[in-house]
Amino acid sequence: MSVMQDMGARAMALGIPLSVQLDLTYRCNERCIHCYLDHEDHGEMTTAEILGLLDQLAAAGVFFLNVSGGEIFVRPDLFTIIEHARKLQFSVKLKTNGVMIREAKARRIAALGVEAVQISLYSHDAATHDKITKLTGSFKRTVEGARLLRDAGVKVIFANVLMQQNADHYKQVQALAAEMGIRYEVDATITPMMDGDRGIVALNMDGGRLAAIMHDTTLLGDQAERLLAAPSGPTPLDEAYETLPCSAGHTACYVSPYGDVFPCVQFPFKVGNVREQAFIDIWKHSPQLNEVRAIRVGDLEGCSSCVHGSSCNRCPGLAYLEGNMRGPSIQDCEKSFARTGVPSYNLQRKQGARATPQPAVAAMEQESLPAAHPVVWMARQ
Amino acid sequence: MSTPLFLLRSDNVAARRIGDELMIMFARDSSLFSLNETAALLWDAADGRTPLAEIVARELCPRYDVDAATALRDATELALGLAERGILQVGERPFADAGDAA
Repeated sequence: MSVMQDMGARAMALGIPLSVQLDLTYRCNERCIHCYLDHEDHGEMTTAEILGLLDQLAAAGVFFLNVSGGEIFVRPDLFTIIEHARKLQFSVKLKTNGVMIREAKARRIAALGVEAVQISLYSHDAATHDKITKLTGSFKRTVEGARLLRDAGVKVIFANVLMQQNADHYKQVQALAAEMGIRYEVDATITPMMDGDRGIVALNMDGGRLAAIMHDTTLLGDQAERLLAAPSGPTPLDEAYETLPCSAGHTACYVSPYGDVFPCVQFPFKVGNVREQAFIDIWKHSPQLNEVRAIRVGDLEGCSSCVHGSSCNRCPGLAYLEGNMRGPSIQDCEKSFARTGVPSYNLQRKQGARATPQPAVAAMEQESLPAAHPVVWMARQ
Repeated sequence: MSTPLFLLRSDNVAARRIGDELMIMFARDSSLFSLNETAALLWDAADGRTPLAEIVARELCPRYDVDAATALRDATELALGLAERGILQVGERPFADAGDAA
């Protein structure tokens, strides 16, 4: 067991929220066509509230703090917040579009010992990137921001969210990242808006292109063997009643700019608000959070008997957004199908009397693979 | 009498206690270390101003029922090992920039 796995297991056993994503704002200087947020400010936490929350998170044992938005650099108090977080010895990761980063900011981020900065980049082609962000000139400024951070000694990650508009550009973005000495991650899923509106889901690429990306071994890294494996078969019943669907609400959670606490950024089931209650009270005693924690794979409708069993990456948040946190996430069923060519139990049930779906790409044999692992199938950017 | 040693926590790492172990992570390469209880005690006490001998007498001897000379020898070895990895700084004088480390 690696040190990281050991830490995760210990946090799980002790009920420690090891990792928290804190969104400082939903405001943004871009208007990305696939964004799941409402960019109006409905009463963000003040500087004092956020600093106090950071004290509470540190006391609760949070180690990994992902600071995100919205665009975090629209908050004038951003560096006050990062400085306080680093003083509290969090491992801090920032998520940004990089547009507002200049040399002085890059150097300051480096000096603060920020672990990494994740920057959203949609294409190697300026016109395509700017069309997705709806901000003219954003490509140039984003790449420049990444370069300044890299030159200052900060670890930078390009997060390449793919959709119909840019799915064919990922190889070139990957090459640009390699040329700049920047880590590359691809996110192949457009998820519904936090308010449940599913309109943007239509931006997802077609199954054929998704399957091709899911079989690109340059993206799979050391996870290739697992991701390209044939379906694992149904989860054994005794295991299904012990296995947790994911870490959301168990060792991780999300706090919105308004203080609302959720199991995860893509699981918009409110479990409390830090303006009304201490974080630790929400973490330990929220009935909603305990409801999420009580769910085991064996409770999931159709999933425990599905042929994809433990090889499925079902997201409980997406399932919740589809109407039932104990139900299937059809978006994940579709990905399991794209990956293996084998329809899941719930995908077949959904399609009912229709013909069995045809595999877009047949399951491939394992190949010799690079060590890097740039695939994050569903991370919110 | 040997030269006193002073320890100062590195400020370019992330650190958190998870149960009885202390996790340390370096931003520069994301390397992760798990410190046992003894090393964690040294980390907590490494304010840059308190001599190691005093830390040993105050924190380690009562806890581990060990004589001061043995404890100091072991703690010095441990502190130097942590310093080699960049987790602590070790010096023969108090650290001037130790104002916020206490």
